Amino acid sequence: MSTLAELTIVFIILLNLALAVSGSMSVCIRLAAIQGVAAGLLPLLAGGGVMRGRAMAFAAFIILLKGAVFPWLMFRAREKTGARRDVDPLIGYPSSIMLCLGAFAASSWLGSRLPLPHSGVAFIVPASLATIFTGFLLITTRAKAITQVLGYLVIENGIYIFGLALFVEQPLMVELAILLDVFVAVFVMGIAIFHISREFDHIDTDQMDELTDWHQSEEGGNI
Amino acid sequence: MLFLLLSLSLLCLSALLTVFCNARPERANFIGAAGAVSASAVGLFPAVRTLLHPAAETLSLPWPVPMASFSLTLDPLSAFFLVPVFILTAAAAIYGAGYFRPEEKKAPGLAWTAFNLLSAAMAVVFLAANAVLFLLAWEVMGVSSFFLVIFDHEKAQARKAAYIYLVAGAAGALALMFAFSLLGVQAGALDFAAFKRPEGPLAAAAFLSFLLGFGLKAGVIPLHVWLPEAHPAAPSHVSAVMSGVMIKTGIYGLIRALGLLSPWAPWWGWTLILIGLGSCLLGVVFALAQHDLKRLLAYSSIENIGIIVLALGLGVLGTAMGLYPLAALAFGGALLHVLNHALFKGLLFMGAGAVLHGAGTAEMEALGGLSKRMPRAAFLFVLGAAAACALPPFNGFAGEFLIYLGAFSALNGPANIVLAALLALAVLSAAGALALAVFSKAAGAVFLGEPRTQAAAGAHDCGPLMNAGMTLLAAACVVSGFAAPFLILPVSTALGAAFGLRTTLDFSGAAATPLIYLTAAFLALAAIVWVLAEKRRFFLGGRQPAAGPTWDCGYAAPSARMQYGASSFSQPLTAFFQPLLRKTLNIPVIAGYFPGKASFSSEARSVVFDHLYAPVIVRLRGLAFRFSWLQHGRLQFYILYIVAALMALLLWKL
Repeated sequence: MSTLAELTIVFIILLNLALAVSGSMSVCIRLAAIQGVAAGLLPLLAGGGVMRGRAMAFAAFIILLKGAVFPWLMFRAREKTGARRDVDPLIGYPSSIMLCLGAFAASSWLGSRLPLPHSGVAFIVPASLATIFTGFLLITTRAKAITQVLGYLVIENGIYIFGLALFVEQPLMVELAILLDVFVAVFVMGIAIFHISREFDHIDTDQMDELTDWHQSEEGGNI
Repeated sequence: MLFLLLSLSLLCLSALLTVFCNARPERANFIGAAGAVSASAVGLFPAVRTLLHPAAETLSLPWPVPMASFSLTLDPLSAFFLVPVFILTAAAAIYGAGYFRPEEKKAPGLAWTAFNLLSAAMAVVFLAANAVLFLLAWEVMGVSSFFLVIFDHEKAQARKAAYIYLVAGAAGALALMFAFSLLGVQAGALDFAAFKRPEGPLAAAAFLSFLLGFGLKAGVIPLHVWLPEAHPAAPSHVSAVMSGVMIKTGIYGLIRALGLLSPWAPWWGWTLILIGLGSCLLGVVFALAQHDLKRLLAYSSIENIGIIVLALGLGVLGTAMGLYPLAALAFGGALLHVLNHALFKGLLFMGAGAVLHGAGTAEMEALGGLSKRMPRAAFLFVLGAAAACALPPFNGFAGEFLIYLGAFSALNGPANIVLAALLALAVLSAAGALALAVFSKAAGAVFLGEPRTQAAAGAHDCGPLMNAGMTLLAAACVVSGFAAPFLILPVSTALGAAFGLRTTLDFSGAAATPLIYLTAAFLALAAIVWVLAEKRRFFLGGRQPAAGPTWDCGYAAPSARMQYGASSFSQPLTAFFQPLLRKTLNIPVIAGYFPGKASFSSEARSVVFDHLYAPVIVRLRGLAFRFSWLQHGRLQFYILYIVAALMALLLWKL
């Protein structure tokens, strides 16, 4: 229906692939922010040109939060913790991009099977699912805590796009609620990451298994 | 209903306020106790009125939780259980205000919050008319009492007790959810009024899971393992509430469930009878072997719950076989014992708390001679002990008397009822005799003789607030003992709400004459005692009776260690029951003519836990550790598990 909206969808999918292969932390943060802004613009583009004041205000708020506030918080957390500048993947970039492409293929199949109300924009459901999967990919295959917050934000972008597909009428109210949750979560995570790095001198979640408790309980312990 | 809502709000409000009083113990004591006492006074009024003028009041508010409605129903059965809740809450709160010493390091603010929440949750459990609301209140009750059990969290034993308590509570709630969903599936709603009786095996499954869930809370053997751990660990007035009324929520639930599942199968009655018999006998035998006063009382609670469940079983069997007088007397006796046990067990736990407070320990072998140091508490404890042994004229007698009467009335019935009645009579009388031994041991070892340790010698009497709480309950024990005929009306209306009008009529017909004779006998007994006391006064003629040391056959240097101890007093009985008790004895071998120093110790471990639960737990632990490779501490993989689970759910529903 709306060519501009479909182009944005394609752009978001390409951003997913870029997120999967880029090795620099700052690039990743920027990519996630750009994706958030693109997602924020989507309802305006898909709305068929009728710009209502409330929709505009919501979109502006979302774009401000995702495009400015979140990247700022993330950069600040990275600076404070003195993390190295690469994302420190647990699997190689080629396998990352293969997984991302696989996720997109799976999402296309899943999108055709899910019983959803038809929305005007093509590929919106597969794109949202692919974005969610990319977020999960970032969370599960990257070692640093910051990347996991990043993955969380990408998942949120995906949920937002999915919400657009589902709630054609009133997506923004739902989204706003989710967004507030995410905002608090990012805030808390920023603080937590800072404290973890001060305590352990690194934010490798990989090495956090020294906190696990099952070494002790193997002895028998208390019932 | 308005008064009840006010009462609940008072409890919740004071619970909320005490949260902020952690730094000021006096203020927390005041707000907590004042909230609980005023809430009880306000709540007692509608409860008593409903019992005297039977009517069911319902309040239903919409509640956005699916399948749920905020429905409270005050019918005579709820009211009957609410009365002891409010009496005991008030007495325990007064006592607790003196029990939490301001000079102690530990702030009582949060304990008061948990206590008042516990009271409110119990009241809602008795009032709820919707399964979701019921379960919610049930969980709040469990959690708030968990925080009270773990009040002395620096003690490893309290932590262990709280852990076992939490697990038992969760298991019970699980069984209840299963049972309610069985009923709910058929009815399509979770309001009690909407439930229909399930058919055939479904009804049996519902009965068994209700029995499991409510039996866990009531603490029947073999589901009792949490009870002797948790009740002694909590502060004493909380133990009083937990043992006095909280475990009765299990009995209440059982009665309600029976009401939902009627008509009953005879084997349900047999199941309840066997569980009751086991709890009754084993509870009192285990109590005999305990060294800690509060643990002893906890086991005695198991015995009393056993009596109540036994009576319920007799009632169910009697109804199923058409012996209505037996059923009415047994059900009535069970309800009466619920009330009476709440009063005297509350008093006893508070007495134990007074000992703990005054002497710093509740270990019976370390006490002794406290009646000279804390005469008031000693008097009140002995009074409670007499009630717990079902000695006339106190209140423990009436309920058991009715159960005996019911059992006797069944003796000319069909053969298998005769068997049940004979079993009940035999076990009840054996348990009664053993209970007497238990409480003679407890009262004798703690209050009589000479102090065995420095701590006991330096014990002090408790403050006015603690005494007031105990006196209130002691007065209730005496009054409800003498006023048994006046309890016929409340019990019969409660029976009517639970089991139908027929039981009401049968009960008031069968119980009235015996109870009136009973009170007449009690009054005669009191008169005889009074005459004897007057005679004694007359013969003394104003002279003081002389008190001297016990004559010790001319031995000149008796010491406190030569007294009968708690264990030595009960040794003949515990030796007889050794196959059940499995006490671990550490007996020194004495060889030669001049043996050196030797020591003897005995320990009564929890038999059921050691031989039934511990092997299962070891197996489960072994099984769980086979999967420990799943738990490697890598966050990424944990998230991957979640993603995989979500994907599986999505694909499964596709």
